[in-house]
Amino acid sequence: MNLWVVLAVNSITLGGLLFLLSAGFSLIFGLMRIPNLTHGSFFMLGAYLATSLIAHGFDFWSAAIVGGLLVAAFGGLVERLILRRLIGAELAQVLVTLGLSFMIADVCLMVWTGDPIRIATPSALRGVTAVGGLAFPTYRLAISLIAVVFAVALWALLDRTRLGAMIRAGVDDPAMARVVGIRVSRLFTVVFCLGAWLAGFAGVIGGPILSVYPGLDQEMLPLALVVVILGGSGSLVGSLVGSFVVGFLYNFGQAMFPELAYVVLFLPMLVVLVLRPQGLFGRQTA
Amino acid sequence: MAVKIRRRAFLAGAAGAAVTASLSFPAIAQPKPVRIGLLTVKTGPLASGGIQMEQGTVRFFKDRNYTIAGRKVELLVADTGGNPAGTKTKTQELVERDHVDMIFGPLAAFELLAISDYAAQAKMPILSLAAAEDMTQRRPNPYFVRASATSSQNMHPLADYAAKELKYKRIITIADDFAFGHEQMAGFQRVFEDAGGRIVKKLWPPLVTPDYTPYLAQISGADAVVQGFAGSNPLKFMKQYQDQGLKLPVLGGGTACDEALMKSFGDEAIGVISCSAYTGDLDTPSNKRLIDGMVKDYGNIPGLYSAGLYINGQVAEAALEKTGGKTDDRDALIRALRSVSLVDTPRGPFTFDHLGNVVGTFYIRKCDSKGGKLVNTTIKSYPKVGQFWTYDEKWFLSQPVYSRDFPPLKS
Repeated sequence: MNLWVVLAVNSITLGGLLFLLSAGFSLIFGLMRIPNLTHGSFFMLGAYLATSLIAHGFDFWSAAIVGGLLVAAFGGLVERLILRRLIGAELAQVLVTLGLSFMIADVCLMVWTGDPIRIATPSALRGVTAVGGLAFPTYRLAISLIAVVFAVALWALLDRTRLGAMIRAGVDDPAMARVVGIRVSRLFTVVFCLGAWLAGFAGVIGGPILSVYPGLDQEMLPLALVVVILGGSGSLVGSLVGSFVVGFLYNFGQAMFPELAYVVLFLPMLVVLVLRPQGLFGRQTA
Repeated sequence: MAVKIRRRAFLAGAAGAAVTASLSFPAIAQPKPVRIGLLTVKTGPLASGGIQMEQGTVRFFKDRNYTIAGRKVELLVADTGGNPAGTKTKTQELVERDHVDMIFGPLAAFELLAISDYAAQAKMPILSLAAAEDMTQRRPNPYFVRASATSSQNMHPLADYAAKELKYKRIITIADDFAFGHEQMAGFQRVFEDAGGRIVKKLWPPLVTPDYTPYLAQISGADAVVQGFAGSNPLKFMKQYQDQGLKLPVLGGGTACDEALMKSFGDEAIGVISCSAYTGDLDTPSNKRLIDGMVKDYGNIPGLYSAGLYINGQVAEAALEKTGGKTDDRDALIRALRSVSLVDTPRGPFTFDHLGNVVGTFYIRKCDSKGGKLVNTTIKSYPKVGQFWTYDEKWFLSQPVYSRDFPPLKS
């Protein structure tokens, strides 16, 4: 009985981390139609940058924010200098972002060596919190909370601000958005930076659980892909629901059918792709 | 090269037999260098171990001024990329283009399996750390030498220690779901069960697992946990183990609490008891030289991989001293390699069995914090441990190879 409660709570915390990772991916894909395969690299890069920032005296939270900003700046450059030239060419985008992810991985290996690096859990959140007689790692509970805060903030940004309205317009009909005077190309940069920031930030936030090591990028990317395909691209609610679905599938799948852990994780993705290609919450596009 | 040949031909032709004789003379006084190929991984997720392998190799040859048994050494380093196809290509290059005399590496078992047949055909001596049991058991390669350990070789003494000294009765095992993990845990299980203990549960997270919690949630009702993770996974596992509030003692194999991970671990590693073929606190002159050299050159203390390759260097040197520096007769060379017996090495005294696998000391260590740094302290050593432990070789080989489901759990 306790096992199931522990798994359920953990599913929610993993879902929270996945939401931070995949919200950016979903926004970028929804608005720009770029399947950004460097998203896992942004995640890893954020975590690596944070280890250096922390070594230079930053505390964990400022390292998370600044690390994210550095990744965002890098993402902005990638968008301006490379992806901008490839609008509409999806195969080229896939190849370029995939190639970039290998290059980032090699540069990380050079700079931070192949040794795994650990990010210490912020001291206030160490230890476990007892809930109803069961103990849960405090930091993981905090991640769920951060995810909720971000979900609300992103929803407010998209739903309640002018920028959000422009982004939504751009997602729904870029051509029409241009006609009414929205500078969609500038939006692209903003959204790409925002997505990169979220990924970098998520990398740092995930650091105390995952630590940082070569290959982390390729471990996280498929999870982001599953979330976005399940939830539907460009949909915030979709990312949120998708993240928690994947969190649950991951935890319960590995505990109940360890031999089929990946089948349990990816089978729903196949089913959704076949039956409802736009995802659970995505809109039908032409 | 081409220019040299032409000049030599010209000299030979112009000056006649006397000059030719005098030209060939220095060739005897200064024999051609020994060529040693190193198959390592410098890119991708295995790079951490691969880079350490190269550092250990370079350290050894620097200690010897790149001269062993009176011959200069030429080291050719090849990056396999950590995949079987790359390993095959690089091995062929080393053998057919570079004409190396022996090969150190590769790192991973699947790389080794990809080249084993080819290397045997080419009669190329391979000195690898890859732990796959059957390389020196049911499908032996006569040109293979392993100075480190099979997957289970350090788990046998660990199980003995857990049952007899720690008096544990019930154990849960958890390891990466691939051959190295399977073989390690099966070895532990056989010896632990034979000593009267019981394996309650065996958990197998996939090799690539960001979050171990689904498995951690299943850990309860045992005296201790034995983990067999490799690469960067021990770090992730121990951190999450601590975060989850689990308090059961943790035991592990050589890769589970390796010296090379010490700088990355936090206090979650304190108390982990591991059994390894190498231990940093072994007091031999060569281990001290290795550690000092590594700290000086790379700012790191050595772990299994760098020490393992340093030891391979010593094995090559001792074999060449036996053959009088000759490497041309490959069968004589492999005989010499396998009859090497060394005392002053970073892992202490060892010899080889007739299958080319090491018989040597294994160390039970406990991880502790000393002066703000994590260190492994040896608490017991098991001398002269072979790959078959205390079992009869014939009986051992008549059993199936260790795997995920063999031996089956006693219930």
